[in-house]
Amino acid sequence: MNYPSNYRYTKDHEWCELASDTRVKVGITDHAQSSLGDIVYLDLPKVGRELKFHETFGVVESIKAVSDLYSPLAGTVVETNADLISEPNKINASAHESWMLTLESPTAKAQFETLLTAAAYQDFVKTL
Amino acid sequence: MLKQTALIEEHRKCGGRLIDFGGWELPVQYSGVLNEHLAVRNACGLFDVSHMGEVWVEGPTAGEFVDFLVTNDISKLAIDQAMYCGLCHESGGLVDDLVVYRVGNEQYLLVVNASNTDKDYTHIQKVKSGFKKPLPNIENRSLRFSQLALQGPKAETILQRLTSTLLSEMKTYWCKFGRIDGIKTLIARTGYTGEDGFELYVEWSQGPALWNKLLEAGKTDGLLPCGLGARDTLRLEMKYALYGHELTDETTPLETGLGWVTKLTKVSDFVGKAVLQKQKASGAIKSLVGVKSLGRAIPRQGYDVYTEDQSTKIGIITSGTSSPSLKLPIGIAFVDKKFDVVGTKLAVKVREELHPFEIVSTPFYKRSKT
Repeated sequence: MNYPSNYRYTKDHEWCELASDTRVKVGITDHAQSSLGDIVYLDLPKVGRELKFHETFGVVESIKAVSDLYSPLAGTVVETNADLISEPNKINASAHESWMLTLESPTAKAQFETLLTAAAYQDFVKTL
Repeated sequence: MLKQTALIEEHRKCGGRLIDFGGWELPVQYSGVLNEHLAVRNACGLFDVSHMGEVWVEGPTAGEFVDFLVTNDISKLAIDQAMYCGLCHESGGLVDDLVVYRVGNEQYLLVVNASNTDKDYTHIQKVKSGFKKPLPNIENRSLRFSQLALQGPKAETILQRLTSTLLSEMKTYWCKFGRIDGIKTLIARTGYTGEDGFELYVEWSQGPALWNKLLEAGKTDGLLPCGLGARDTLRLEMKYALYGHELTDETTPLETGLGWVTKLTKVSDFVGKAVLQKQKASGAIKSLVGVKSLGRAIPRQGYDVYTEDQSTKIGIITSGTSSPSLKLPIGIAFVDKKFDVVGTKLAVKVREELHPFEIVSTPFYKRSKT
């Protein structure tokens, strides 16, 4: 699987893409979608919600399992992907293109850089 | 150390995702739950269910002993016929649910849930003392049998290619010893999916050969290997009860929709009968219903069920998922008996929020008549 090298990753299996110095797009990794299996439900927070680092921001459910989603950084939700809520199985088809929300923070770039690189995340997945 | 069936290498070869299922290393899926589920509904699926327990009861009093043990009327069971039954404690609570096959005049095969096999066997030992006649021979031979389930509308066509046993003459819930491409098999027209199909019992070591022969024979018909994930969603769409979800030591067959296999008027006494007769007379206080979501929320085991106005807790979800056939969230729930009416609106608490649901008729999935 291709883990984009310009993305950063978390041990909770989220990916982040830096959209600007203050904005980050967030999704779940290919490893996460594959472990979950057929995804049938997605719940995302309202735009405007302030999230702390590692706070639960939503839920993803497959046919068999329920899994919480954790915010990879502290920031404000400025955008959510409504298409993904109506068609959550898109996450199975292309996890790394299926962004869930955009977080805004003045320190977004600095926070982003503390997360795992693609290589580090893939090493982490191998230990699971 | 997890227990493995004889098919562990076949599961790995087919790309099965292996999990710990009640102490057994078994595949939850191969190509995906959704894909496998729809294969069973539209074509055919093959499941390894060798973890199921097989207890044999044999001898001149075998029939009477089994009749004393289970809730259904075994005296009505013909040779080569099968019956779904409850197995009760004296308290009326369910030890397990099982299928009894009468495979010979004095020979009965009891197929029980894997995780309950030891509990059932211990229960049967206890029941012996209450049986007033000479005891039959009772033996747990679970590790001597592999069991495969071939399920789906194409099952008969596929299996017929490999056997001279005339399958079109075998009715649902009947069985017969035969050979499948040379392998001695108890062929039973039973299953847990709501589709036509067969459960095949062979010697433990023959499991892999049978598996590969079936997959090869069904290749052109869309036969797929299927895991426990699809087995669960398939049975849920039929509202078939599952031990540990709908069925427990504390619930009686009358409360769990198993009244139809609980023959309180049968000639034989049976374990739990007195309590169940009393419950029947006074009426069970809860019943098992099918619910569907009126929104997107998916019900899961353990979620609380409330009245529509959200004022009163009236039950609990025992199983739930997103139905692959119906493409909407469905669940099975215990509710207070007075709410057991199709069309009743309910609320289910999903992550601290109440979501609208409705009681619907079951099975959720109705097989189209061909």
